[in-house]
Amino acid sequence: MSTLHTVNKSPFATTTLASCLNHALEGDAILLIEDGVYGGVVGTELAKALAAAKGVSLYVLSGDLTARGIDTARLVKGMKPIDYAGFVALATEHDRAQAWL
Amino acid sequence: MSEIKKFLYVNRKAPYGTIYALESLEVVLIGAAFDQDVSLAFLDDGVFQLLKKQDTAGIGVKNFSPTFRALGDYDVTKFYVEQESLTERGLTADDLMDITYEDEDDDYEEKPSIRVVNRDEMAAIMGDQDVVLSF
Repeated sequence: MSTLHTVNKSPFATTTLASCLNHALEGDAILLIEDGVYGGVVGTELAKALAAAKGVSLYVLSGDLTARGIDTARLVKGMKPIDYAGFVALATEHDRAQAWL
Repeated sequence: MSEIKKFLYVNRKAPYGTIYALESLEVVLIGAAFDQDVSLAFLDDGVFQLLKKQDTAGIGVKNFSPTFRALGDYDVTKFYVEQESLTERGLTADDLMDITYEDEDDDYEEKPSIRVVNRDEMAAIMGDQDVVLSF
């Protein structure tokens, strides 16, 4: 049993990503979408917390990333860019989806 | 001729996730018709609005970032960007678009519109305005 977590708010404007990280379990996946993609960039305090999330797969929606001018080379290690089809696949692979708004 | 006032547009939101950034730009363009002393402030998530290489083809919304580069033609030439906001987000001034204007008082020399300031300087800029519009 596992959960797909989606985060759509900037981690610098809300505590949404931090709260998601605090509640994600081993085997879960976290997908950053919309303004949530800003949380995937290295060189911030939050990036360290992301890197420390053990057993949690990290994904980012590539369309939202490209829209905001962020190169995939800047993503924290292990974070995978996926497209909309990949989003659908993730939804089917997990037992539930939890949106952190 | 009416008195010229100092207008500051404060941008604190990232683009695309909400409508604030685009609405601010629209109001700046409208306000530019009134010949006031206009400054733009970019702090907190607002600094994301000025990132280079934005490409919104994949999300089906308009990429309005090139419009910032046109503001110089409307005498909007002061873009104050807060250094601390950049640093907190893992960014530097090199990550921002090249935005310039032609200085009509200096033989139309091309000059940078973006001025990176620290938090104290930003506070002073805010405290020096007649009108502050927040987005």
